[in-house]
Amino acid sequence: MSTSAMNWNKTLSYLRRYWVLYAMLILPIAFFITFRYIPMHYIQIAFKEYSIVQSPWEMKWADNNGFEYFIQAFSNRDFIYALRNTLMLNFLDLIFGFPAPIILALILNELVFKRFKRFTQTVVYLPHFLSWVIISGMALQLLAPTNGLINILLNRMGFDSIPFLNDPVYWVGTYVVLGIWQSVGWNTIIYLAAITGINPELYEAASVDGAGRFRKIWHVTLPGLRPTIIVLLILSLGQILSSEFDRPYALSNKLVTDVSNVISIFVYNYGIRGLQFSLSTAVGLFQSVVCVIFLFAANALAKRFGERGIW
Amino acid sequence: MVKTKSAKIGDWVVVFICLILIFVCLLPVLTILARSLSSADALIKNEVLLWPKGLNFDAYTTVLGDSKYTWSLAWTAILTVICTIWSLFMTILCAYPLIYDNLKGKKFFVALILFTMYFNAGTIPMYLLLKELHLLNNPLVLIIPNCISVFYVIILRSFLYTIPESLRESAEIDGAGPLRVLFNVYLPLSTPVLATLALFYAVGRWNGFSDALMYMNDRKYYPIQLLLYNILNSINSIEVATQEGFSTPGLSETIKAATVMFATVPILFVYPWLQRYFISGVTLGAVKG
Repeated sequence: MSTSAMNWNKTLSYLRRYWVLYAMLILPIAFFITFRYIPMHYIQIAFKEYSIVQSPWEMKWADNNGFEYFIQAFSNRDFIYALRNTLMLNFLDLIFGFPAPIILALILNELVFKRFKRFTQTVVYLPHFLSWVIISGMALQLLAPTNGLINILLNRMGFDSIPFLNDPVYWVGTYVVLGIWQSVGWNTIIYLAAITGINPELYEAASVDGAGRFRKIWHVTLPGLRPTIIVLLILSLGQILSSEFDRPYALSNKLVTDVSNVISIFVYNYGIRGLQFSLSTAVGLFQSVVCVIFLFAANALAKRFGERGIW
Repeated sequence: MVKTKSAKIGDWVVVFICLILIFVCLLPVLTILARSLSSADALIKNEVLLWPKGLNFDAYTTVLGDSKYTWSLAWTAILTVICTIWSLFMTILCAYPLIYDNLKGKKFFVALILFTMYFNAGTIPMYLLLKELHLLNNPLVLIIPNCISVFYVIILRSFLYTIPESLRESAEIDGAGPLRVLFNVYLPLSTPVLATLALFYAVGRWNGFSDALMYMNDRKYYPIQLLLYNILNSINSIEVATQEGFSTPGLSETIKAATVMFATVPILFVYPWLQRYFISGVTLGAVKG
């Protein structure tokens, strides 16, 4: 009796003291439940016949044990293209875009003039803050076939114009390069932070042993960056089937849709514009699930190689 | 330490490389600027490189004289301010209680929030929910559904954790409740990270267009980026003239360049001011994330 009364008193004084914290959490938790959890019940329509008058719980199951729309997706040419494009663009981003900030961070780290270093950082971070619509506007002015700056210069030097934006193959290159241009500076921040964490004595010891600039980078800086690189690589691998919307949508044009339509754009075109809700939800679900699996797999792989992983 | 001659040359090579990188970063901005300030005639003749030719501000006055464009700029500015304040408010509400280690149910709340980082319902379920809530075509749809970023909650929480607990405890001994502690201890000490998050939220809203593209049909509430997208991508300029304003048909390249500049300038102005704050903010979230 007395212990339960004591517990009750304890709870009461705890609540009197901390009820404000729970009150503060009401709005954010309500936000997450309403806009992140409640939408999940619509995932059912991937397995059901969508009907505008019924709630998802009441809708009829789709054919083939509910998997009709997944089967439809994989026999849909647009989806196969979207899947291929998503993998291709993400893979190219990984190959070219992943090492770029590491290299830039190494270069920035070699700058001995502190003020100039700050200025350089300020400038290279800037593109991260520009929207993809703005970047596509800039790309048009720079790369358009007849009046883009680069092609004007090429023509003046006697070369033919290069269809950077209108030819599928060149477009893929432009997409990757613009992606690097936009993000490389920003992504150095995390590497530069990791570099400041490297013990300076290691550099001194390397100097004493007669190591030059490149040897110090190779034997001290890069090993110091290893954990950071691994974690970021895991995250990127986990994202291999995710698809941005803004970037491909803003950069795309009618001539290159065969390579620029990624899964997010497929879902937009078929779902929101085409009102095929079941099919597009099925595609979205497929993507989310594969992304989660990839993330866990990449993490497990990193742990197997003796790294810390992200969990 | 005395540097050898070759090491010194190496230092200058690095400077040279960085100068090239700076040029590459600024090249598109310079191109747009030069073109927006040039005469339409010089542009058609492909005479403009990185320096304006036939310097004039006609393109800018034309754009400013277009009521649809200026309204969209003003509306996006208002929207950005509202979104930033609301998002920051919600982020503080979400992050602050979760630094109390003895808060009962904390683990549950953290799990509830973190889970949404790894798995989300997807575009269409979100669309159907907003439809159900009658938020489609409602300007609120540009504010509410994405007002909290889990990633920014983590950044703020990691920062709040770095503030010594002894400060909180001494305030509590003086009889201050959690709210007072927040206002008198935590918020004053977190201005750098709050400024960083405000910048991120503001830039996100200013630059965002996919939510408006998916959830809004009413052109009146198009944010500037979506309007800009339509201007840049309508091949038929008469169509642009009738739909998006700009009564003069044949939208010239100078005007296109000027519309891009107008959408960029606010960022170019805000960015250097907040720049000194954000580096500490970003690395914090990254290290502890």
